[in-house]
Amino acid sequence: MSEWPILSIVTFFPLLGALIIFILIKEDSEQSKNNIRNIAFMTSGATFLISLLLWLFFDNTTAEMQFVETASWLGGNINYKMGVDGISMLFVILTTFLLPFCILASWKTVKNNVKEFMIAFLVLETFLIGVFSSLDLLVFYIFFEGGLIPLYLIIGIWGGKNRVYASFKFFLFTLLGSVLMLLAIMAMYWDAGTTDIVELLKHDFPAEMQTWLWLAFFASFAVKMPMWPFHTWLPDAHVQAPTAGSVILAGLSLKMGGYGFIRFSLSMFPEASGDMQTFVFVLSAIAIIYTSLVAMMQKDMKKLIAYSSVAHMAFVTAGIFTANSMGLQGAIFQMLSHGIVSSALFLCVGVIYDRMHTREISAYGGLVHRMPYYAFIFMIFTMANVGLPGTVGFVGEVLTLAAMFQVNTWMALFATTGVILSAGYALWLYRRVIFGELEKESLRDILDMDKREKYILVPMICITIFFGFYPKPIFNVTSVSVDNLIENYRHDMENAGRLSHEPHIKAMGGDAATADHAPATH
Amino acid sequence: MSNENDFLYILPELILIIGALIALLIAGYKGKKSVGFVANFAIGLMVLAGIVSYALPNDVTRIFNGLLINDSYSIFMKILTLFGGAATLLMIKNFLQSRKLDQPEFIVLILFAIVGMMFMISSNNLLTLYLGIEMQSLSLYILAAFNRSSTKATESGLKYFILGALSSGMLLFGMSYIYGFTGSTSFDLIAEHIGKEGSSIGIIFGITFLAAGLMFKISAVPFHMWTPDVYEGAPTPVTAFFATAPKIAAMAMILRVLYSPFIEMGTDWQQIIVFVALASMVLGGFAGIAQKNIKRLMAYSSIAHMGYALVGASAFSDPGTAIKSVILYMTIYLITTLGVFACILGMKRGGDSFEKISDLAGMWRNHPLIAISLTIFMFSLTGMPPFAGFIAKYYVFSAAVNEGLWLLVIVGVLASVVGAFYYLRIIKVIYFEESKDAFDPMSIELKIVLGFATLFTIIFTIFPGSLLELAQNAAQSLN
Repeated sequence: MSEWPILSIVTFFPLLGALIIFILIKEDSEQSKNNIRNIAFMTSGATFLISLLLWLFFDNTTAEMQFVETASWLGGNINYKMGVDGISMLFVILTTFLLPFCILASWKTVKNNVKEFMIAFLVLETFLIGVFSSLDLLVFYIFFEGGLIPLYLIIGIWGGKNRVYASFKFFLFTLLGSVLMLLAIMAMYWDAGTTDIVELLKHDFPAEMQTWLWLAFFASFAVKMPMWPFHTWLPDAHVQAPTAGSVILAGLSLKMGGYGFIRFSLSMFPEASGDMQTFVFVLSAIAIIYTSLVAMMQKDMKKLIAYSSVAHMAFVTAGIFTANSMGLQGAIFQMLSHGIVSSALFLCVGVIYDRMHTREISAYGGLVHRMPYYAFIFMIFTMANVGLPGTVGFVGEVLTLAAMFQVNTWMALFATTGVILSAGYALWLYRRVIFGELEKESLRDILDMDKREKYILVPMICITIFFGFYPKPIFNVTSVSVDNLIENYRHDMENAGRLSHEPHIKAMGGDAATADHAPATH
Repeated sequence: MSNENDFLYILPELILIIGALIALLIAGYKGKKSVGFVANFAIGLMVLAGIVSYALPNDVTRIFNGLLINDSYSIFMKILTLFGGAATLLMIKNFLQSRKLDQPEFIVLILFAIVGMMFMISSNNLLTLYLGIEMQSLSLYILAAFNRSSTKATESGLKYFILGALSSGMLLFGMSYIYGFTGSTSFDLIAEHIGKEGSSIGIIFGITFLAAGLMFKISAVPFHMWTPDVYEGAPTPVTAFFATAPKIAAMAMILRVLYSPFIEMGTDWQQIIVFVALASMVLGGFAGIAQKNIKRLMAYSSIAHMGYALVGASAFSDPGTAIKSVILYMTIYLITTLGVFACILGMKRGGDSFEKISDLAGMWRNHPLIAISLTIFMFSLTGMPPFAGFIAKYYVFSAAVNEGLWLLVIVGVLASVVGAFYYLRIIKVIYFEESKDAFDPMSIELKIVLGFATLFTIIFTIFPGSLLELAQNAAQSLN
């Protein structure tokens, strides 16, 4: 497999599909619209299948980058370089997994400008995959930033009433954070002489510089994540975005921030990360409590889920900056599970929105009488969102909580309060929408889910339950890379004299975790 | 020593001058009817001059006793200027009729302006520099006011002329100081003098005024006042020309002046450049927000972009990196601006031109391809990856980061976010608003320029290699 540039194929395959649609098909009849949808779906489906090869051929026993490809690009040690390790590989799969569902979910809801919509989505997929699979900082930045363009257009063209405001806010907020990161990237280039991520991971930046670099990267990822108080763009963007756009935002776009924190902030600026741990914890604790309370008071379903996303992402940030492998594993798992669960929740909201064209919670009630399947499916994802044992939501939450407890008991206390609050808002939402008497006149004729909607949500249920009971395949992939990262982190901290020798706590891992592995060359 | 070989090196200029005189003769005999022919003839001349420039030996040669210099840098910038001039003329030649510009003299003036620019680029002496500037400026003053019957155009021409004359005065004032304190107007001798004797307050004084005069030519803040009025007031074909070739030549000249005679005084002039860059980026970013006229918006946009280019120019410690970054920036700016003006020129309904941003509303329904192109240019001007504008911004800011000019780069990127707002607004109007009537079909010439600019803006990021190499060579030869 190694001679095939499989990562580049996965990354640029959707772009190929977009080109085909752009050049070959003219959107003039119902038939041509269907052709466009079919091509888009097949492209994204094929991308998913190809990306599964990555998992199939992935070597669990090494923390080295795999499927590495290099091609010369800008000169001066700035090259086009792709590769994945245990931390990034699953995010690639998550992306390719969610995209076909996004396209399915927009099958009927997007009636006009289908061609442009599908092109935007496929282009977006390329950018999203590129973020997780690029091994050069500048290439990473191009994918990271470039993704804003299609997302801006998706929100702005196919969004709700207030879409212009939301799209501008989303774009400018994210851009503002990212340009500071770009400056940091330049500074890193001049200090290390390269933008190769693998080289940069080995490079030791001076302590004072690390703080500034960390802050610059933080500006970008904290907005993307989003962390309190940089989250205000998210509810607006979510509410206005079409369902598929929300899925991308919650399921994937937010994960870029977490991935960035792990790959760059924690790995490249360990000393600064150590210094900033409390700062991140405080922001995360506030985010968990505050946004959970805000979520409880929302009248709009999408807004509620958006705020719950902010709270869940706060678990991730706190988990990452515990800087032990349990917390990190938990954070990665939490991101993956949230990618599935929140996407599914947005799709669930999309199902009733398509029927009633309102997202007001008060417009619903008693849906269980007319929509039993829907009630059942919505319940599973509500439970997963709460973190019920046996669902994916539980695994990530319990790991990050345990890791937080080791590092900072107060943080764990606040975070656990957040778990209770999340049960509060999620169950209350469920009760108001699904239970009770079917009193609203407008809901009398509402239909249960059709086949297409079931096809979208059933695979997600399977994943939610399967990995909830058996998370080992995930940890098999991540554990070696995570352990290696933590090893390097502790090594750097000891060198800097910041860390006393503590016993090294290993996360619950698969077989691979116990395999013989050496830390990356230092 | 002057010898016959010297004439070889100014062959491109000679071609243009002789050609322009022939065109003038044709114009004299044939009158208005010849405008189409003269336009094509002028484009041919510029292409020919470009080819000849490319074929010239690119070793560093001083000609006419060191009055002019020939090196890879001058060749690169001349070709760029000629390309800008030819492409603009190609775009606008069909528009001259409707804008009452259908006199062959219009095209002859463009040719003379280009000749002036080429002398600016290759000057190696304050006097030839001044002659080049004046030759260009005098032609441009007339071009701005060419539509005599329009009060707006006359006003803009007059404004341009008065402020331009003022800047020429400052330029001369600065030059006289430099001459007085170094004893020479030759760049080589000035550099030698500064190398030996070090800087002095008199030279700094001279540089300050010189820089003020030069900044006027690229419309950098605080010498930008004429730009919005001239851009808006002048007929669109003239604006398109103003926004492209003269900017390239002026920036090329500024780099030459800063990095050739005064490189030893980098710490002194850096402050000026940093201030001007900061002010241009911030003003260009904020003032563009409220604009309703797309030409006026492009004026503020160009002010901001000159600021970004100067960010690169300010990093004098590593001249190679700095010059390369500015060359790249100007190249990409030129091509993107050509594309944008192709779109603006195409905003016609029933033969009448429109220039309000709101006229673009819903354009993508009627003209999806043009809309996509314009969107790409806007994102590229914002500096969004994956378009060429991002690579351009990356290089200029990277040069300044290397220099440690943190205030400059941080304010710069923040200003670019402010600027993003008005570029996004254009995209918003194109896509998010209800559509108006369709525009007239674009002429084939506009389509060619538009297509080229679009492809370049997309493809450059993927295959930047050869252009980077050319810029690198050019930068090295100046250095």
